[in-house]
Amino acid sequence: MSAILKRAPAIEGWFTIDDEPALLGNRCTTCGTVWFPKSSFFCGNPACDGSEFEEARLSRRGKVWSFTDAQYQPPPPYIPRSETYEPFALAAVELADEQMVVLGQVAEGVTVNDLEVGQPVELIVEPLYTTDDTEYLVYKWKPIDGAPA
Amino acid sequence: MSDVVIAGVGMHPWGKWGRNFVEYGVVAARAALEDAGIDYRDVQFVSGADTVRNGYPGYVAGATFAQALGWTGARVASSYAACASGATALEVARAEILAGRCDVALVVGADTTPKGFLAPNAGERPDDPDWLRFRLLGATNPTYFALYARRRMALYGATERDFAEVRAKNARHGLENPNARYRKDFSVDDILASPMVADPLRLVEICATSDGGAALVVVSADYAKRKGLDAPVTIKAVSTVTPAFPQTVIEMPNFATDSGVAVSDSVTPFKDSITAAAYEEAGLGPEDLSLAEVYDLSSALELDWYEHIGLCKAGEAERLLHDGDTTIGGRIPVNPSGGLACFGEAVPAQALAQVCELTWQLRGQAGARQVDGARVGITANQGLFGHGSSVILTR
Ligand SMILES: [Zn+2]
Repeated sequence: MSAILKRAPAIEGWFTIDDEPALLGNRCTTCGTVWFPKSSFFCGNPACDGSEFEEARLSRRGKVWSFTDAQYQPPPPYIPRSETYEPFALAAVELADEQMVVLGQVAEGVTVNDLEVGQPVELIVEPLYTTDDTEYLVYKWKPIDGAPA
Repeated sequence: MSDVVIAGVGMHPWGKWGRNFVEYGVVAARAALEDAGIDYRDVQFVSGADTVRNGYPGYVAGATFAQALGWTGARVASSYAACASGATALEVARAEILAGRCDVALVVGADTTPKGFLAPNAGERPDDPDWLRFRLLGATNPTYFALYARRRMALYGATERDFAEVRAKNARHGLENPNARYRKDFSVDDILASPMVADPLRLVEICATSDGGAALVVVSADYAKRKGLDAPVTIKAVSTVTPAFPQTVIEMPNFATDSGVAVSDSVTPFKDSITAAAYEEAGLGPEDLSLAEVYDLSSALELDWYEHIGLCKAGEAERLLHDGDTTIGGRIPVNPSGGLACFGEAVPAQALAQVCELTWQLRGQAGARQVDGARVGITANQGLFGHGSSVILTR
């Protein structure tokens, strides 16, 4: 690879790509419910008629609720990263403060054999796909080294 | 409240036929009308279950089938509720009858499906979570089924062999079902040798997509009496409930669950609430059941359904399976049709196919897969984006 690629999130406004990346949800200013992806215009809590939200960085750490992998290449609009398909793992992760579970891919090189329910993980960003001038990043979950389940 | 009665049922066999979905719907509708002994021109209401993969005719399925069968001036409706579309279409027809607006309704669902994973429709649609989960996560339908399966292994000690045993049971059930697409005996070892798709689920344990069609003729109890319909199968409940907030189990196609921070009371989990609403309407409970048809999108998911429909407590499904309770001949056979394992999913037809199977079972017409003395049956199913689907029939 010759030219230096720009780095950009694969979707705008869902997560940061700084050194300590975080998911960007929002919080209803009326009832406090957290939404990811962000809610707009309305709050889905049936007891709340709120329509104003403040952006919220979600907890960067959580525990694996469950996990799996993709042994076959997913169909479009998934964009494969390489010509020979490399399976990847996915995990649904419980965030204690937000009382919610968020699904994401798991860091490259981590397989289902490295995962267990209850295990602590942390949010990172890694390339999802690359165009001529830009590397598009997505959030992923990565096991925290040395942290037992 | 007076009951609505099933006068006739019909199906076009499931397969990968590659023809227009309308053909399957018409075949199923004519079979149901013949089964009912009712002339199509006596149908006052046509309720279609939509398919979103076959262009405009699929979005207006009720009218499409009505036109294909021949315009008669009947009233029409079309329903979309993903995998629950058939139950919703049935509920619309039942409501018309219960409201006294008609006596005879035809409910039809049919689909023609592409090969491989169910994928979103083409185009760039970054506001559609069903599109985004493929783009950003590569999360297919089996991803979600596998998350539940892994969770079951962690919570209850379920094993890949348990899941394979569910698949083997359903293979045996479906062997002699003329409408099933896959009629092949699988040993547990065969299944465990099938390629892994989404760990811990293997290719033959994950529901395929199929072509197929199913139809019901539903009539008022008065009409059934006038027509001399003898001991007909009766619809005791149709549940089309949505989840309660906060929904704390991750559901296809979502990226996350609801957050529970603003709510202190616990709510009934969605899958439990689907059949709870049906039991309540019917005035019946799991102890009254003779059989169940549940949505086995994966082998492991069938075990979850045993618990959600109240056959046993959480964590006891494997025991029920191993004791043979859910096999034909057991205490409460589940998926005697062979289930999705033997059919593959024809989305708008599938909830109706479940009702067809219950009807044949309750009438004692299920042949080699007959559940002895079947009196009460339930279907359970869930459609994408929060659509419950459960039907209770009695005879
Ligand atoms: Zn709110």
